[in-house]
Amino acid sequence: MTEHPNSSGNQPPAKANSFRQMPDSRGHFGTYGGRYVAETLMPLVLELEREYRAAKADAAFQQQFDDLLEHYVGRPSPLYFAERLTEALGGAQMWFKREELNHTGAHKINNCIGQILLAIRMGKTRIIAETGAGQHGVATATVCARFGLPCTIFMGATDVARQQPNVFRMKLLGAEVVPVDSGAATLKDAMNEALRHWVAHVEDTFYIIGTAAGPHPYPELVRDFQSVIGKEARAQMLARTGRLPDLLVAAVGGGSNAIGLFHPFLDDPDVAMVGVEAAGHGIDSGQHAASLTGGAPGVLHGNKTYLLQDEDGQITEAHSISAGLDYPGIGPEHAWLYESGRVKYLPIGDDEALEAFQLCCRLEGIIPALESAHALAALPKLVGDYGRDQIILVNVSGRGDKDIFTVADKLGVKI
Amino acid sequence: MTRLSSAFAKPHRALVTFITAGDGDTAANLDALVEGGADVIELGMPFTDPMADGPAIQAANIRALGAGTTTAEVLRIAREFRQRHPDVPLVLMGYANPMVRRGPEWFASAAAEAGVDGVICVDIPPEEDDALGPALRAAGIAPIRLATPTTDAARLPQVLEGSAGFLYYVSVAGITGKQQAAQASIDEAVRRLKAATNLPVAVGFGVRTPEQAAAIAKVADGVVVGSALVELVGEHGKDAPEHLRKLTSALAEAIRTAG
Repeated sequence: MTEHPNSSGNQPPAKANSFRQMPDSRGHFGTYGGRYVAETLMPLVLELEREYRAAKADAAFQQQFDDLLEHYVGRPSPLYFAERLTEALGGAQMWFKREELNHTGAHKINNCIGQILLAIRMGKTRIIAETGAGQHGVATATVCARFGLPCTIFMGATDVARQQPNVFRMKLLGAEVVPVDSGAATLKDAMNEALRHWVAHVEDTFYIIGTAAGPHPYPELVRDFQSVIGKEARAQMLARTGRLPDLLVAAVGGGSNAIGLFHPFLDDPDVAMVGVEAAGHGIDSGQHAASLTGGAPGVLHGNKTYLLQDEDGQITEAHSISAGLDYPGIGPEHAWLYESGRVKYLPIGDDEALEAFQLCCRLEGIIPALESAHALAALPKLVGDYGRDQIILVNVSGRGDKDIFTVADKLGVKI
Repeated sequence: MTRLSSAFAKPHRALVTFITAGDGDTAANLDALVEGGADVIELGMPFTDPMADGPAIQAANIRALGAGTTTAEVLRIAREFRQRHPDVPLVLMGYANPMVRRGPEWFASAAAEAGVDGVICVDIPPEEDDALGPALRAAGIAPIRLATPTTDAARLPQVLEGSAGFLYYVSVAGITGKQQAAQASIDEAVRRLKAATNLPVAVGFGVRTPEQAAAIAKVADGVVVGSALVELVGEHGKDAPEHLRKLTSALAEAIRTAG
């Protein structure tokens, strides 16, 4: 492919009534986002914002980012027409953005490349990160190995126990993995511990947050780094079909793969978008991770957004079969896009995701991540609204090799 | 004079003590702090995700929530404390989400009705304080802000703007109950803060012993002790009051002879 859409200007500039002008100068997406951190961290996030602005304006930074994405990550990722899935669903054309083919097997690496370049630019000498299933931890450990920086990954003790292969991968890559025992010992608790560590090591440590959430400027910079997904997809779709897709579909936990795909299309009025939340055992069961459908606005982990919480504002535990969606919050830009109506959000449960996971394996020869399987599971519900000549583009955000143990267990298979 | 300003106008420096609401017999524990000589009470509002707290206060939050402590219960503890101790200032300390869940105005008026004098919200910096701070001030409650070793001279005026009651100097860049700051760095920081504000300056984070408290009392208007007391509650359960009284007395004594 001769064109290299990562940083090219092949999309219309943001307009006056643009959906692409957020956040404002204080990091707010409407009433969401912001910088809800302890005073100790405040000067640090302000410095990060200044440095990010400078990096964004620096052609050399952008060039290094693009170069690593092309030669280290393997971008651009393919845009693929899923012919057999299209036939099986009997309606609109189904296309996949193949983020699962990236180095380390998911979209997470795009953001890690961007943030480690920022860390190096800022003269930071240590990297920390939180991880749930371990995908962001592996991606962070990978870029730390690549750039020779020491790396500490905070991971809930429950997740350490159930994600041993990823724990070993991180260790192979030279990272230290710190199990976190507090709370339910999952992703939320790992993030608390990473924030505690950061506040005590503000001088030399850079915190690579794994999703488009946290205090400003993280939601913005993670979105920008992940927007390579949507920029590529837009250019590829135009090149292949001469038109834009009619609908974009992506799974939403914190929401970085979804915002990365959606953002470059937000000002294309004819492109509809659906974010798929994890409904776990069902919204009514209370065991889910659907912050928009089943949560309410609140403040956690540095931003105001939709959260799973009780009437007193205590955060409740999320549940999803997909560890990457198992978080009680969502990135603030999604909260704003939800309220503005620009993006629709649809809950999909464990069982539906499991079924779509198997269908994708059999029909397309692609083992999707359970996160991505949530997006795929939404397709039968959406296909009826579109004609056969229309195009639905799904973000296959990660590959499912990491999930085969979970899936086998659910299917009652011993491996 | 408010209860808070009276506490800092005493002939000796103020001892500020923290425990978590709903952890153990909170009423008895609070009474023990007052009997031991605490001048200001900080009552922690438990939260599921206490990001700025070390292991001791994290554990206290878990114990309190495990015992079913609700916001209504925290307010009830405050109201009954106010009835028993009409003159001892009471400050609620906690995280944003439980404070803003029903709206900042609701929280401010409920806290005022319970006799609360000040509120410390750990994760609402001045940049995000356009709702809670004004609501508290309108209800007659002092919004108490935190200054830290990373708060530089350029930023300090913004922290002070809208602050009331006292200024809480977090002496270490870190979480509660862990490291202890070098005394020289505390002296320097307090001098810098006092040059910038007329508010009393209280120093906390990592202060555990009467010796430390005495050293800090030589320069600061108040000394905050939290984790060391919270650990006693965790360790001694229903027998905590006598242990709290003992440590509080030793701290108060050290401060009074130092200041």
